[in-house]
Amino acid sequence: MSAIIGSKKIDFSEEQGMLLDVAGEFVKDKSPGSEVRKLLESDEGFSQPVWQELVDLGWTGINLPESVGGSGLGIAALIPVVEAMGKGLMGTPLVSTVLAAELIRRAGGVAEEDVLEDISGGCAATVAYLDASDWGGTNCGLLVSDEGVLSGRKFMVPDAAHAQWIAVVGSTSQGDTVVALVSGSDVSAHAQEPHALIDLTKRAATIDFTGIKARRVLAGGKVPSAIRDYLLIGALLTAAESVGSTAACLAGIVDYLKTRKQFGKLIGSFQALKHPTVDIYVAMEQSRSLVYHASSEINEGPLSHEAEVACRMAKAKASETIQFAGDRSVQFHGGFGFTWECDSSLFIRRAAWSQQQFGDAMHHRKRLAPLLLDS
Amino acid sequence: MTVAESSLAQFQTDIDKWMAENVPKNPGFLLPLTFLEVGTEQQLDFLRDWQHKLWQAGFLGMHWPTEYGGQGADPAYQGLVDKALTAHNAPIIFNTIGLNWTGPLLLDVGTEDDRKRYIKNILTGDDIWCQGFSEPDHGSDLGNVQTRAVRDGDEYVVNGSKVWTTLGNYADHMILLARTDTSTARKYDGLSFFLAPMRIPGVEARPIRKVTGEYGFNETFFTDARIPAACLLGDEGGGWRMAMKTLEYERGVIAGQASAHSMQSIGLEDLMDSMHDFERDGAPILEDAMIRDELVQLAIEAKANSISDRRAAIPALNTEYPFGIALSNKYRHTEYARRLKMMGAHVQGAQGALFMDDEKSYKGGFWQRAYFANFGTTIGGGTTQIQANIIGEHVLGLPKS
Repeated sequence: MSAIIGSKKIDFSEEQGMLLDVAGEFVKDKSPGSEVRKLLESDEGFSQPVWQELVDLGWTGINLPESVGGSGLGIAALIPVVEAMGKGLMGTPLVSTVLAAELIRRAGGVAEEDVLEDISGGCAATVAYLDASDWGGTNCGLLVSDEGVLSGRKFMVPDAAHAQWIAVVGSTSQGDTVVALVSGSDVSAHAQEPHALIDLTKRAATIDFTGIKARRVLAGGKVPSAIRDYLLIGALLTAAESVGSTAACLAGIVDYLKTRKQFGKLIGSFQALKHPTVDIYVAMEQSRSLVYHASSEINEGPLSHEAEVACRMAKAKASETIQFAGDRSVQFHGGFGFTWECDSSLFIRRAAWSQQQFGDAMHHRKRLAPLLLDS
Repeated sequence: MTVAESSLAQFQTDIDKWMAENVPKNPGFLLPLTFLEVGTEQQLDFLRDWQHKLWQAGFLGMHWPTEYGGQGADPAYQGLVDKALTAHNAPIIFNTIGLNWTGPLLLDVGTEDDRKRYIKNILTGDDIWCQGFSEPDHGSDLGNVQTRAVRDGDEYVVNGSKVWTTLGNYADHMILLARTDTSTARKYDGLSFFLAPMRIPGVEARPIRKVTGEYGFNETFFTDARIPAACLLGDEGGGWRMAMKTLEYERGVIAGQASAHSMQSIGLEDLMDSMHDFERDGAPILEDAMIRDELVQLAIEAKANSISDRRAAIPALNTEYPFGIALSNKYRHTEYARRLKMMGAHVQGAQGALFMDDEKSYKGGFWQRAYFANFGTTIGGGTTQIQANIIGEHVLGLPKS
């Protein structure tokens, strides 16, 4: 009957409930507005002591198996943490690190357990994926020689400066896609050109890997599907973070609409402002439902058709929603909204950044079309 | 879940078998898509028989008490019946105002006498109910109801008019909101709620023709109509609270309805089926990039809504705005349905300009009619815009408009 709608699964575990509470409190405590503002101007973009606390809470290994020091709870348990960080606009390399672990785990084998142990123990990591702007390109322009020496550059590598492991996507001279594991200590400072990102809570750099020898190279049949799954899980985690940021953005709008008066009335009583605010709310809850659903569809193995549909829907909806929320937030705050000082600037910048991570809404809708319509 | 999965599975098998044998096939005339559109005696008789048959087989009011004609079972059984009705493409269960609003309201706040007197006949279809809330000059502003009910001995004398009275010309009873006191400080405190008879002198229901060209609701006029004082539900002056509770049943905010199958469900699958009948630019329409994107957007919306409905039942996933999903139910579903049905008309090319009476119209103008008829759901029961006020004020805490 509902082939086109497909699965409506939505699971919720006790661990997720606990993490939702703990992460919410943690972020509220560690990432107040003043701290967010302070970190905007810093080189690192995050606080080392807070990162250490987060590592001590076990969050860098939530998704990893217990055999490598993780909690074995899967991606689903990470969703509440990422959502909470989105809500507090908290800068950390957590998402980059987790995604690197997922790519390495899915592309590698038993031999990679030491790297995963490093990560669950708190070593930051990242993935160098993009060659240039196109999320839909092959992004395999970087060459990995038979000796494991890299030549080429990667664009917009997130949280590159602190990554102790970098999973670099490239290809061999035979044209096979591989993931080269590079130690962060092998990348000299002058090989990195930090970007001026639109979202100042985030950090990324272009890296020239030319001449660097990979510590090891992951090859074989698992690699392409591992990369696909990395991109989908990346889209999902970005969507979860967006939902959190949208919630904070909405709270800011509601607060303003409840306190600001014009023409002798609270501006929230004007339907021209009230109704779009309701639309933000409704779209946020829809996005959140899609995110929770997608997290229920992901397990250890290669992502299923349902999981792919779910991740793409979650990203498409959440990206559109945060864009709408950030945009309206600036507008509804009037002249103040146009200023740097107003937090709307943080949200519209977060929106623009989120939209462009792992493909925008149109990118995912285009890929959903064959998944939904041609089967 | 208090019911064994095995007994639910058995029930599912039984009901599928029953439906396969008993769901009436095409009657040879157009049936209404929703309970808002019963426009002819022929449709009425057909639907009343069908409802009676379903009740007699023990498949209506599954979770209503047996002493009032229900089946006394767990609500899970009602869910299975409703699903089966949709799956078997059954005609609608039309006595919606009785089954889904009045019935649950009486089970909730009615007296024992009320329940004994009314509920069984709601289930059997012997009594048809209508609703007298909106007035010609007061649609969305329900608190401003002007129809007067003046106490005179053992009776109230009613004068005024109601509009959009669905099923009004066929109804035996009306849930009526009327003003019993014009002097209260708050307009809401002067309202009372009646279980009013319709087949009495001084009550006249005049059918209204709708944008689809069909009939289905009425303007109802009260001219010195005398209704027994015993018809008052709750206290005199306590009508607003009853009306709000009724609307919660109407909007699906609280459960207890006897059958969700009050509208022929038209979904994305139906739209997909129709897609195979059209071309664009000389190629199958499903190859058109613009059409594909619109369909994907509808699919995202549909999936987000149905997962949200499930999420609403998990309190831990609704901590930020606990009742937000339930309160936005009508807002989301009815507006999505409007978009879906409009798309059904759009894809037809020039044929989309034909209507029901043209023999060349696609599926008898099914999509055009469905799109127009859908306004009954985005306007009735509190317009989309009123829903937005409700969500803004009650979920987000914004000031009143």
